[in-house]
Amino acid sequence: MDVPVHFFLMLSAAMFFIGVFGFIIRRNMITLLMAVELMLNAVNINFVVFNRFLYPDYFEGFFFALFAIAIAAAETSVAIAIIINVYRKIRSIEADDVAEMKH
Amino acid sequence: MQIEDFLLMRHEILLTLGILIILMADLFRPHGRESSFSGLAIGLMAVITLAGLLPVPQGSLFGGMYVSTPLFTLVKNVLTMGTLIVFLQAHSWMTGPLTLRRRSEFYILLMSTLLGMYFMISSGNFLMLYIGLELASIPVAAAAAYDKFRMDSAESGMKYILSSAVSSAILLYGISLIYGATGSLYFERVAAFYTGTPVQMLAFVLFFSGLAFKISLVPFHLWTADVYQGAPTGVTSYLSVVSKGASTFVLLVLLYTVFSKIALLWQPMLFVVAVVTMVVGNLFALRQQHMRRFIAFSSISQAGYILVGLAAGNQLGMSSVVYYILVYVCSNLGVFGVISAIEHATGKLRMDDYNGLYHTNPRLALLMTLSLFSLAGIPPVAGFFGKFFLFAAAAQQGMYVLVILATLNTIISLYYYLLVVKAMFINSNNTPVPFFRTCCVTRTGLVLCALGLVVLGFAAVVYQQMFDMSFGL
Repeated sequence: MDVPVHFFLMLSAAMFFIGVFGFIIRRNMITLLMAVELMLNAVNINFVVFNRFLYPDYFEGFFFALFAIAIAAAETSVAIAIIINVYRKIRSIEADDVAEMKH
Repeated sequence: MQIEDFLLMRHEILLTLGILIILMADLFRPHGRESSFSGLAIGLMAVITLAGLLPVPQGSLFGGMYVSTPLFTLVKNVLTMGTLIVFLQAHSWMTGPLTLRRRSEFYILLMSTLLGMYFMISSGNFLMLYIGLELASIPVAAAAAYDKFRMDSAESGMKYILSSAVSSAILLYGISLIYGATGSLYFERVAAFYTGTPVQMLAFVLFFSGLAFKISLVPFHLWTADVYQGAPTGVTSYLSVVSKGASTFVLLVLLYTVFSKIALLWQPMLFVVAVVTMVVGNLFALRQQHMRRFIAFSSISQAGYILVGLAAGNQLGMSSVVYYILVYVCSNLGVFGVISAIEHATGKLRMDDYNGLYHTNPRLALLMTLSLFSLAGIPPVAGFFGKFFLFAAAAQQGMYVLVILATLNTIISLYYYLLVVKAMFINSNNTPVPFFRTCCVTRTGLVLCALGLVVLGFAAVVYQQMFDMSFGL
């Protein structure tokens, strides 16, 4: 028995907004990155599901998901490098501690 | 496909070669000797700029993934020139003692970003657009955190990478819904099916929000001030001029081609966003004392003016936006050139420090005044014509309310731009910035900006050419 399309879409929408919510309420920078990763994976599910169920003739969605994964990895690695640099200076990765500039 | 077809990608190929040359030069430099790559990078960018001016054929590559038109080439040339000026102005900083190590990285990072912008502009597919966008934003975060021993710099890099990651996730969610609703990622096919069903509208709003982050339009502008203040001045000027110009142009092209059928949705949206952006940017700029932060808010409000022309949706709108990007490159780089020269000579960055600048450094003060007048839109300089065309485009479509609001905002902005001018010419100061001479490379960058400001306003041929290449909805 096949799982209907909208189940997948509900899952991905839920994941995406959990990610947004997590990004807003969390204060630890690594957790912020995890929240972003959740959002990106929701997007990947969307692409794959649309491709598999609605437009199975071409592989555009699959390829997009592949590229999105690779680029997300690059983004995360730069972010982690910067976070390490921050940690070396203030010995903390709480976002609230990184607030030297206030207007 | 012939081998000659690759000549269409001349800009990209040349820039990739340039990046590789700098990388190799750094790799094989004599051991134990720190050399400056400034001359090499400036030379390469000058070659790329000159080569870009040669006529380029029109066409598409890789099954429509890559598109090249005269207008795209023109915008790429503008961005290349902007980068060249940024490199020229960063010369004294890059040869100074503050950046003794890893000098080549600055150039490699900024040139990769420029490469991403080229691909983003020339894309004919959402996948290409996304890759270009990411290539244009990830290295900027590393460049913003370039000053490894300063906490603000790390903070600004972190704020940039996190907000850009979220914005690209939102943008991607929009693209995935666009794919789901139309069944294709190619711009032409998406445009054919984009009729404005509810899913497509949601997808468009998400996509727009993602791009709005990069242009720092108002509900998404919160990262701008901190990133601009913390990043090194060379990176900030690049970010505020080249990066912003490229994203704005991409938004323009997408709105006028892919999303042209739902213009009735995005025109009121742009109306609201433009007004809010101008007002918020201006009101916050009024109370800033730190020069980079001041320019950050001023550049937010400048994005609002650009949206006025974008919202018009006619041929005049498109050409005026392209023209304004060119003018904005010259005027903002003029301001940043002066800021970075003074920062390099004395380390001063606050508006009070500029008191009495005219008496000690009259030429810098004059360039600053010209650039600020151009940003504010005062007649003899190019900024006036830029703003005039933007507002004329909106007026042509009968958006008088928007034009009146934009004009009122221009008057507010005049107040804070003149605050700087007043500080330089009228305010007295017991310890003014002492007289100094910048090195001749940096001075070339400043002179190019000044020339651009004066010439672009009167050389009607520039605008005419842009108008001929543009198209409306």
